[in-house]
Amino acid sequence: MNKTNATSLTPLLVCQNLSKQYGSFTALFPMNLIIPKGRIVGLLGPNGSGKTTFIKLLNGLITKSSGDIQVDGNPIGVESKKVISYLPDRTYLNMSNTVNEILDLFEDFYEDFDRSRALSMLESLQIDPKSRLKTMSKGTKEKVQLILVMSRNAKLYILDEPIAGVDPAARDYILRTIIQNYNPNATVIIATHLISDIEQILDDVIFLQNGQVTLYTSVEEIRATHGKSVDEYFREVFRC
Amino acid sequence: MAWKFDSDRPIYTQLLEQIKLGIVSNQYLPGDKLPSVRDFAFIAGVNPNTMQRALSQLEQQGIIFTNRTEGKYITTDTNLITQMRESIAKEQVHTFCEKMRKLNYSTSEIISLLSDVLKEEEV
Repeated sequence: MNKTNATSLTPLLVCQNLSKQYGSFTALFPMNLIIPKGRIVGLLGPNGSGKTTFIKLLNGLITKSSGDIQVDGNPIGVESKKVISYLPDRTYLNMSNTVNEILDLFEDFYEDFDRSRALSMLESLQIDPKSRLKTMSKGTKEKVQLILVMSRNAKLYILDEPIAGVDPAARDYILRTIIQNYNPNATVIIATHLISDIEQILDDVIFLQNGQVTLYTSVEEIRATHGKSVDEYFREVFRC
Repeated sequence: MAWKFDSDRPIYTQLLEQIKLGIVSNQYLPGDKLPSVRDFAFIAGVNPNTMQRALSQLEQQGIIFTNRTEGKYITTDTNLITQMRESIAKEQVHTFCEKMRKLNYSTSEIISLLSDVLKEEEV
């Protein structure tokens, strides 16, 4: 871990022996993990390594088979959902709604939603809040969803593949949005395959392999120890 | 545009180098106020904690200083900046010489080639 950040290392997410079984298949082996506040963490692993299972457990979308999860001191439930802002890899928004209608929805749902922040981000991307989602390109839809998620004053942001399917310029914008919204009391977990695009903005990375955490360290540690970017190191570790 | 980084080295050491280069090339002038850590991270396109680490290191080296609540500034110690400029220049020359030696150039060959090239550039 990065020693200079010792002051911000208050735990935000604590997993103890957390596991998930689907029948006889183990999607997640008993996992022990502590993620502190104020970090931007990459959740990396090949397809089927357990990333989505882990994310779904954090969001209470599936139930654990064993162990314990605490988010900011609370188990998964109403309290944890209040402080987690989640960008799923698939949209759940109604495509016939306008952006304004969705902003209303978010304002109703989440106490911590900052409408003015969302509007200013939409404006900087020249997205008209009066337009309907279904009229937008795939990339624009993804930008809208990221703006919604990042406009909450949450403690834990969980972004599942936030940059897949958008052009490089939009990717830059999304990464910058994440930097700009950085808050020393909040943590961002980003699950992605596009490591080289995001590693510059990450503090730490978690490697998941066959449902197990095989590595949890800082980006700088990997670069200093192995003389390789995280992307190159990942390719070496997970060579097919 | 985010800054460019080599993949084989820590990002914070490269941030240090790029900021130092900005200072010796007068992109940042002595006494200039630096952007906040978050804004600076945004400009460079890097993680804010990594930027913080680089800035702390620069502060330890006396290259920038913090004016209590007002933010971080470039040193006004021009001697220090001159020294930094010389040491960066020396490193560049060392790298150059190493590459020339790999091409089996002797000291006198390096010097004469260098002066020839410099003359050509002047024309």
